[in-house]
Amino acid sequence: MSKSVYIGELEDIPRRGARKVEALGCDIAIFRTGEDELFALEDKCPHRQGPLSDGIVQGRGVACPLHNWIIDLGSGLARGPDEGCVKRFAVELRGSAIYLGPLIASDAAPEASLAVEAE
Amino acid sequence: MSTQKQKLVVVGAGMASGRMLEHLFEAAPEAYDVTLFGAEPRGNYNRIMLSPVLSGEKTFEEIVTHDENWYGTHGVTCRFGENVTGIDRKAKQVHTAAGMTPYDKLVLATGSAPFIIPIAGKELDGVLVFRDLDDVEAMSKAAEKPGARAVVIGGGLLGLEAAAGLQARGMQVTVLHLMEHLLDRQLDASAGHLLQRELERRGIKVHCKAQSKAILGEEHVEAVLLEDGTVYPADIVIMAAGIRPEARLAVDAGLHVERGIVVNDAMVTSDPDILALGECAEHNEVCYGLVAPLYDMARVAAKTLTGEEAAFKPVETSTKLKVTGVDVFSAGDFSTGDGTEDIVYRDAARGVYKRLVLKDDKVAGAVLYGDTADGAWYFQLLKEREVVRDIRDRMIFGQALAGADTDPFSAVAALPDTAEICGCNGVCKGAITSAIAEHGLTDIDGVKQYTKASASCGSCSGLVEQLLAMSLGDEYSGAPTVKPMCGCTHHGHDEVRRLILAHGLKTIPEVMQALEWETPDGCFSCRPALNYYLLCAWPGEYVDDAQSRFVNERHHANIQKDGTFSVVPRMWGGLTNPNELRAIADVADKYQIPTVKVTGGQRIDLLGARKEHLPDIWSDLNAAGLVSGHAYGKALRTVKTCVGSEWCRFGTQDSTGMGVTLERLTWGSWMPHKFKMAVSGCPRNCAEATIKDFGIVAVESGWELHVGGNGGMKVRVTDFLCKVESEEEVIEYCTAFIQLYREEARYLERTAPWIERVGLDHVKEKIAEDAQGRAALSARFFLSQKYEQRDPWAEQAGDPGTRRSYSPLRQKVIA
Repeated sequence: MSKSVYIGELEDIPRRGARKVEALGCDIAIFRTGEDELFALEDKCPHRQGPLSDGIVQGRGVACPLHNWIIDLGSGLARGPDEGCVKRFAVELRGSAIYLGPLIASDAAPEASLAVEAE
Repeated sequence: MSTQKQKLVVVGAGMASGRMLEHLFEAAPEAYDVTLFGAEPRGNYNRIMLSPVLSGEKTFEEIVTHDENWYGTHGVTCRFGENVTGIDRKAKQVHTAAGMTPYDKLVLATGSAPFIIPIAGKELDGVLVFRDLDDVEAMSKAAEKPGARAVVIGGGLLGLEAAAGLQARGMQVTVLHLMEHLLDRQLDASAGHLLQRELERRGIKVHCKAQSKAILGEEHVEAVLLEDGTVYPADIVIMAAGIRPEARLAVDAGLHVERGIVVNDAMVTSDPDILALGECAEHNEVCYGLVAPLYDMARVAAKTLTGEEAAFKPVETSTKLKVTGVDVFSAGDFSTGDGTEDIVYRDAARGVYKRLVLKDDKVAGAVLYGDTADGAWYFQLLKEREVVRDIRDRMIFGQALAGADTDPFSAVAALPDTAEICGCNGVCKGAITSAIAEHGLTDIDGVKQYTKASASCGSCSGLVEQLLAMSLGDEYSGAPTVKPMCGCTHHGHDEVRRLILAHGLKTIPEVMQALEWETPDGCFSCRPALNYYLLCAWPGEYVDDAQSRFVNERHHANIQKDGTFSVVPRMWGGLTNPNELRAIADVADKYQIPTVKVTGGQRIDLLGARKEHLPDIWSDLNAAGLVSGHAYGKALRTVKTCVGSEWCRFGTQDSTGMGVTLERLTWGSWMPHKFKMAVSGCPRNCAEATIKDFGIVAVESGWELHVGGNGGMKVRVTDFLCKVESEEEVIEYCTAFIQLYREEARYLERTAPWIERVGLDHVKEKIAEDAQGRAALSARFFLSQKYEQRDPWAEQAGDPGTRRSYSPLRQKVIA
């Protein structure tokens, strides 16, 4: 298991909401669904770079606040006819503590995970 | 005069006699002096709509068909609440406790009485029927007790409507039905079981093949015992096991009575001066209980009374169950026999079941469950005995797909591919048809997603529908009759609002549960709408859900393309002063605001503020007395003013002062969409009041009020509402108009399209003509302002937790 960092408590994030985290060298949005599942995506819509952490969380998706692209929280992919993909990060709940892990994906940008180690 | 008039006495003030009197007064207003007796202490109302009154979806006032005014206008002597106890046919008089009333012609319209099944305990307190308003009131009262239980005996139309209504009122309901499946006279077994499953899903318990043995209890009902030993506890028992024609008067008078009062084709009984109609009458050995044949009887009876020849010819009837969210339709005969064929369509996922029974190439019967949109069409085919051989293969899919003789799409088909269909988004016909083909689109939402056609103003959606129908042929399922709010529900906006009030739904999860949302927690489209509908419906009670607010309303600032925000403080009526301007300048310096701009609504916009700075910016602005300008909200935005009589040499009134007053009263209120006002001091209209949602133009003698203007995408000049004289009137009319808009418009509908949808006359009627209604609207607005008029900036900045939420989290410890 790669390094993960403590970023805050579950209660810091509203249910069906999100919070921006400055970590791993970029802005990451941590989402909390209505079922209390957590997801972490880069806070940047693939369409026009809108802050996804300001969007409306619906089921396991988030509507970008700029143009309502729906990004699937599980896959990071845009839903429907829109095409695009957001970087995903591992996120884990230990008790009530939220830990953010490294980038998930085959084309993981090395600088992101390096940034963790550099800290 | 009156000596020439004949005396007509009508016994029974129900729907059949009401309709008969309408026909009679229309054909021969001077023919009769009418005396109308009714057992209920009130005039005629639409009895079949008692079900929605019971469920709380309608009020009694809404179902009244003839009010005092109507009776007065037609000179009807009303004797409501007075029972007719006998008829003296020789003397041609009817008897009541008050004495005798003579007649030349007598009409019996005594209706029917609920059938009380003869079991022990039937006379206990709490055994009710479902026949009139008093019954509805008794049931509603019983439902007030928390956790109260009701047992409904009878799973026919009446019983199920009672059950659904009581359940909507919060009771635990059990339906006992003697037969194998519910609505056995209207539905076949398949549809009956689908219905049962749906009712059970809603929490109504259904027991079929239930033979009631006794109602248990000392004085008041306590339970119902079945033959098989089952006991259902009950606080009330509703007898809905059928009706019997109410013919006692006729029997006593020696008229020919079988099951009902026997009438001929002209609705005349065995006494040539006595007519009968409605549920109490029996024609060719049949008694009728549905409204359509009763209205036919009413037409015939009116003609008979005016000496015209007419004959009642029974026609096929169709029925619908009036339970919200349950669509059931049935017509004709659907028993399978020699020479009948069945066409059946099932869609389990959508809970749809359709069955057509054909005989000799004609429709003999139809049962529809879950999708009854084509009921009227099948019924028409059935009544007109049309030969359906040519559309037989497709007719089960509905009228839209059964195909007419002429091609309705010829006009669209003739357009070249380059023809522009959607003007808003510049989409041509070719782009739409190729998107349909390439992506296999089947509905207008798909076309919207891929091409953006009809995604803006929507005025081309009819054309897009036609292109879909043309491209898909038989596979196109047509436009839904009511446009759903979004993909999460099949309910339209108006229905959702109505049901929120009717069922007392007070939270978003409650709405989604009760109205069967198809997604776990809605979407970015329906959640903000529901949040608004709830806060409008329950002022002071509803707790706003920040996560159901669009980002701008959640953060009380406008998000910009780079994710920064813009901040607009309120300037009352566009007035400001050096102190405020200094504070704004300081904020711009301190937080390095890159752009400061004057807006179209006479405010100052600070563009490019970082989200984490917002609470500090607000605190600084608050300190100078500035509050949120709501430039980000579906709310009262700005009241734009000109300088008016205070400075302007043409000014006729103090328009600035009026603007300030109105803004002070209306700021903070949430609306279906943004709402802008303006006050001009003279008809030169420098404040551009005639393109505002509510515009005021001062004239020498007072204030002209204008509504429904829009300067946006589609410019619309206001409609003139009316002219008033005093400032108090301006305030009342303005707040009443806002409240009407808040209560009636759909979420994200500006006043301009709202007024075009409901009509200016409707708005005039509610605001300009109905003084009482206007005052009530205004009062409701001020009530909601009591809770909504709070500065969100001060609230957000003042709460440490909320304040923190504007800043990002940061990694803390390396694990």
